[in-house]
Amino acid sequence: MRTRKVNMIISLVTIMGGMALVVACGQRNATTVIEGDAAEQVYIAPGEYDEFYAFLSGGFSGQITVYGLPSGRLLREVPVFSQYPENGYGYSEESKPMFNTSYGFVPWDDSHHIELSQQNGEFDGRWLFVNGNNTPRIARVDLSTFETVEILEIPDVAGLHCAPFITENSEYLVSGTRFSIPIPQKDVPIDTYKENFKGLINYVSLDQDHGTMELAFQIEMPGFNYDLARNGKAVSHGWSFLTTYNSEQAHSLLEVNASQKDKDLMAIINWKKAEEYVAAGKFTERPTSYYHNLMDESTGIAHSQEMKMTRILKPEDCPEMVYFIPVPKSPHGCDVDPSGEYIVGNGKLSADMSVYSFSKIMKAIEEKNFDGEIEGIPVINYDAGLHGILQKPGLGPLHTEFDERGNAYTTFFISSEVVKWNVDNLEILDREATFYSPGHLVIPGGETRKPEGKYLVAMNKITKDRYLPTGPELAHSAQLFDISGDKMKLLLDFPTKGEPHYAQAIRADKVKPNSKKFYNIEENAHPYATLGESKTKVVREGDEVHVYMTAMRSHLAPDNIEGFKVGDKVFFHVTNLEQDWDVPHGFAIQGATNAELLVMPGQTKTLLWEPKKVGVYAFYCTDFCSALHQEMSGYARVSAKGADVPLKWGLNETLRENQEQAEKFYEQLENKSK
Amino acid sequence: MNGKSHIAQFLMLGAVLCLGILFLQPLWKITLEAAQFPGGLDLYIWINKISGNDKHIIQNINILNHYIGMKPIHPDAIPELRYFPWVVIGMMAFGLICIGVNRPWFYLSWVLVMIGLGALGIYDFYLWLYDYGHNLDPNAPIKIANMNYMPPLFGEKDLLNFYVRSYPNWGGVFLGLAILLGAGAFYLKGKRVYV
Ligand SMILES: [Cu+2]
Repeated sequence: MRTRKVNMIISLVTIMGGMALVVACGQRNATTVIEGDAAEQVYIAPGEYDEFYAFLSGGFSGQITVYGLPSGRLLREVPVFSQYPENGYGYSEESKPMFNTSYGFVPWDDSHHIELSQQNGEFDGRWLFVNGNNTPRIARVDLSTFETVEILEIPDVAGLHCAPFITENSEYLVSGTRFSIPIPQKDVPIDTYKENFKGLINYVSLDQDHGTMELAFQIEMPGFNYDLARNGKAVSHGWSFLTTYNSEQAHSLLEVNASQKDKDLMAIINWKKAEEYVAAGKFTERPTSYYHNLMDESTGIAHSQEMKMTRILKPEDCPEMVYFIPVPKSPHGCDVDPSGEYIVGNGKLSADMSVYSFSKIMKAIEEKNFDGEIEGIPVINYDAGLHGILQKPGLGPLHTEFDERGNAYTTFFISSEVVKWNVDNLEILDREATFYSPGHLVIPGGETRKPEGKYLVAMNKITKDRYLPTGPELAHSAQLFDISGDKMKLLLDFPTKGEPHYAQAIRADKVKPNSKKFYNIEENAHPYATLGESKTKVVREGDEVHVYMTAMRSHLAPDNIEGFKVGDKVFFHVTNLEQDWDVPHGFAIQGATNAELLVMPGQTKTLLWEPKKVGVYAFYCTDFCSALHQEMSGYARVSAKGADVPLKWGLNETLRENQEQAEKFYEQLENKSK
Repeated sequence: MNGKSHIAQFLMLGAVLCLGILFLQPLWKITLEAAQFPGGLDLYIWINKISGNDKHIIQNINILNHYIGMKPIHPDAIPELRYFPWVVIGMMAFGLICIGVNRPWFYLSWVLVMIGLGALGIYDFYLWLYDYGHNLDPNAPIKIANMNYMPPLFGEKDLLNFYVRSYPNWGGVFLGLAILLGAGAFYLKGKRVYV
């Protein structure tokens, strides 16, 4: 490779000097002057709705949050990769399988990049996908219910950061490994990195009707770190672009050792070609293990399936499928403009930003204008693929989104600002300070063919003094800008949950009309559903007891149950019989070592309770459902192991007898008296 | 036969068709409005059924009514909904006979029977509303002395947190129109005979 080693100290001095320069000429005050009508622009009067939904990843919270724009109001937190005692997600018997992986039950992850489903390069409002970084996974959230309905593990990768970037008709989610590892995993010295470590780029296909994910194929790449990706659109549809860092293939002290070359690489993948190779059987099958967890729509129960085989494509066997092109120093974001022609490669340690031209890259490939190859992958000549260089835009460029007027907006982590520039003529048009150090930014539709360049949200990594202090740990801050005019205008600060990495925003009317109000109880096919109070019952099967319970304003049925014994496994299957919007019922019982249940109207959810001590225990509805919510409660009697107390249950009447149990009980009594 | 006699028959035919509309449009509409129910809960009383602005409205009204001990509405348990349609069909047949016979006395008796039946129907509706509003479960969670929950037969009223409106719907309007058309037929036919 034609890369030049740069002295680390010199580059650090450059950065520090640049920072000093920015501070000296800017000396920005944290209390920025907000222009007069900013408040009016973000004010959503009571009873009115926001114009956009914004979906923010939760980072280390593992979840996602839903905000309204422009108000910055938190509308909901959707649990995805972390158990959520608030509604029983990951604790209920139905949702536990969502957390199954080849490592067992993993109840946490690090969620990074939100991708909304697309058709013809536009958001269609059907599904949302998000990656779990640590135990490599991708989740799908159904936007009619805002519930996580599927989680697919990705095998043989480490740190699924470069995911799940969607193609313009939702054909694939492109997902690369952040860390290269031995494939298949084996016990080798770490310093054999160069010979043993590989990186996989994964193509997850989507069922067009149901959104169901399937690992279609994996491309085995050199052992670099694959960081971020975007797919081509319009003219560049059929191609993926992925940035890499650590082309040095360092395995220790990466902050220095992976920052040596002044150019890293962008991988360019022709996935249509890859599809052809798969169809032609040019893959090798490799045994592996990964889990696919899918919620059944009619029962609400998640099922796990262990998958044991994966299909690998190797670039050396598949010519014209993968290329590299150099990118300035340690690139992070890799963003494709709405026309699909320009690809922005942000070298986060470089002073300049490289903008590539898709047509020039294609021409260079055609003319074989290559500077050698890496492990059989041709490296396209840097200058041949370059549209131009954005000179000295700021320090630490991370991510770029676009408006529909030919402008790009890039976040600069070190100089803490958003810079607006023209994609075609590479002219810097405006810069606005952010507080502090933005990572990603989002413009509604800003990665699609149809951006709506009205608002921009910068997700800041550092908060400091933006809000009242809350001890050492602070909520991250986001900042909303009006970008409809020539100058960007700061409108609003709002705190966020976890650490939002990427976010996507969509016009509300693409989601709102499909939002479900309740589950149709006639479609409830849960095997333990109780469709009517007359069908409530308690059934013992050895040590397992199944309570078929219903909830309705304002009672649980049955609400008095006797005959439980210490050591039983009691399953409360609670069906919410309501068929009205916004009437969930909750269920909690003393001594449960898991969580509560929140059951939406028409749903059945199951909580496992293992009574440990003799006594009478209260259970109750946890969601204030009506004026008599406080009365929505009951008692469960627990007797000693081996006690003769028969199962009885009822509601507002003498406890009903379980005929068989009762007969046995009386029979035993008779035997004793004889 | 001159043109006028035909007009009477056409009016009667119109009256018969108006009765047919009772199978397509509700007679009455009761709307319950409260802060927690944006848009209100609409209950429609038809000649043969009770419906709402969505298919779960009766269940949802019953859930609310159980707090005050009001009997749940079970359309299956209201016999009128089964035989009223036959009464209407009978009156439509009678109307057709009137057209065939085309005598003023037939028109007049049709109108008088209709008025009688209409009055009885409204009285029956009143009795049901009275029963629902007054005949409350003594064990109801919410009991307010001297309070009844009878919705207005015609008009508007506060009932605890609900504001209730009760007015005829299209079916009711066409029922009234049918009587007017029948009366018109009698008037025209009668004039021809006696003048
Ligand atoms: Cu409740």
